[in-house]
Amino acid sequence: MEVAAAKMIGAGLACIALVGAGIGIGNVFGSYLSGALRNPGAAATQTTNLLLGFALCEATGLFGLVIALLILFAF
Amino acid sequence: MNLNPMEQFAVKPILGMDKPLLTIAGHPIYFTNQALLMVIVAIASALFLTLAVKPNRLVPTRGQSMAEMSYEFVANMIHSATGEDGLKFFPFIFTLFIFVLCSNFFGMVPGSFTVTSQIAVTFALACLVILLVIVTGFMKHGIGFLKLFVPHAPWYLLILLVPIELISFFTRPISLSVRLFANMLAGHTMLAVFGGFVVALGTAGSLAPLAIAPMLLIVAIMLLELLVAFLQAYVFAILTCIYLNEALHLHDHH
Repeated sequence: MEVAAAKMIGAGLACIALVGAGIGIGNVFGSYLSGALRNPGAAATQTTNLLLGFALCEATGLFGLVIALLILFAF
Repeated sequence: MNLNPMEQFAVKPILGMDKPLLTIAGHPIYFTNQALLMVIVAIASALFLTLAVKPNRLVPTRGQSMAEMSYEFVANMIHSATGEDGLKFFPFIFTLFIFVLCSNFFGMVPGSFTVTSQIAVTFALACLVILLVIVTGFMKHGIGFLKLFVPHAPWYLLILLVPIELISFFTRPISLSVRLFANMLAGHTMLAVFGGFVVALGTAGSLAPLAIAPMLLIVAIMLLELLVAFLQAYVFAILTCIYLNEALHLHDHH
């Protein structure tokens, strides 16, 4: 019983990783927007970097989610 | 009512195919719903892309422009990320992009199965990419490919940097596959959880009209998921290009 409860708590705690992903994604898009408004001419050339930054950032948060799923379903 | 949001990811033999197709070393091989969806995705995308450009009109129809646009999109992506000599990998990257994109989009159809929500599929794709990168690197540079792991730095920093570069290279297949898999898994789980809210509220008697709120939310999340489905296919393809670029040019562009 305690193990089951600890699993649930652990999985919940693992999802805290998504906080960092949220902050990071906000930072990526916010910085892009402020840069793009200052220099609209260069904005279009940086969309690849924007999406790449977004994806790399999001992945770190999703690793936390994967840990949560592993705790819940794999052990 | 107890709806399990993870139930949609269960791999099981499709109806009427309960017997194993063949047995390899004691392991029964079934024709599963995942295999069926992969076959459908492969056939549908191949048929669409060949039939759409078959008449080759001067003024393209909608289908033909879609096929041409996806071709140009991927060609531009490879050209900007890897330069001229990356274009010989076009068939591989285009196939990869279209397969992941179509799998994601077919998975969005309610009641179907998302191939890319299985870590086995995405990890196999990512391993293929990394193997291609390693083989390309060694074919182009020979043993000099190992310089990829040695950045320009004083020797005392290299003691620290070389292991970091090695770890970052060999965790790439993991991050590449987990990114796609976790995005698809999280998105579809979220849709199923909100679907559970609709059912729970809709069967709650006088509260039933309130079920419209999570219903509207599902529509919004569905749109977001369509964006994510495209974005993840794009990210998978562009990261492949970037890894290939490193194998082709080592540290030249830095």
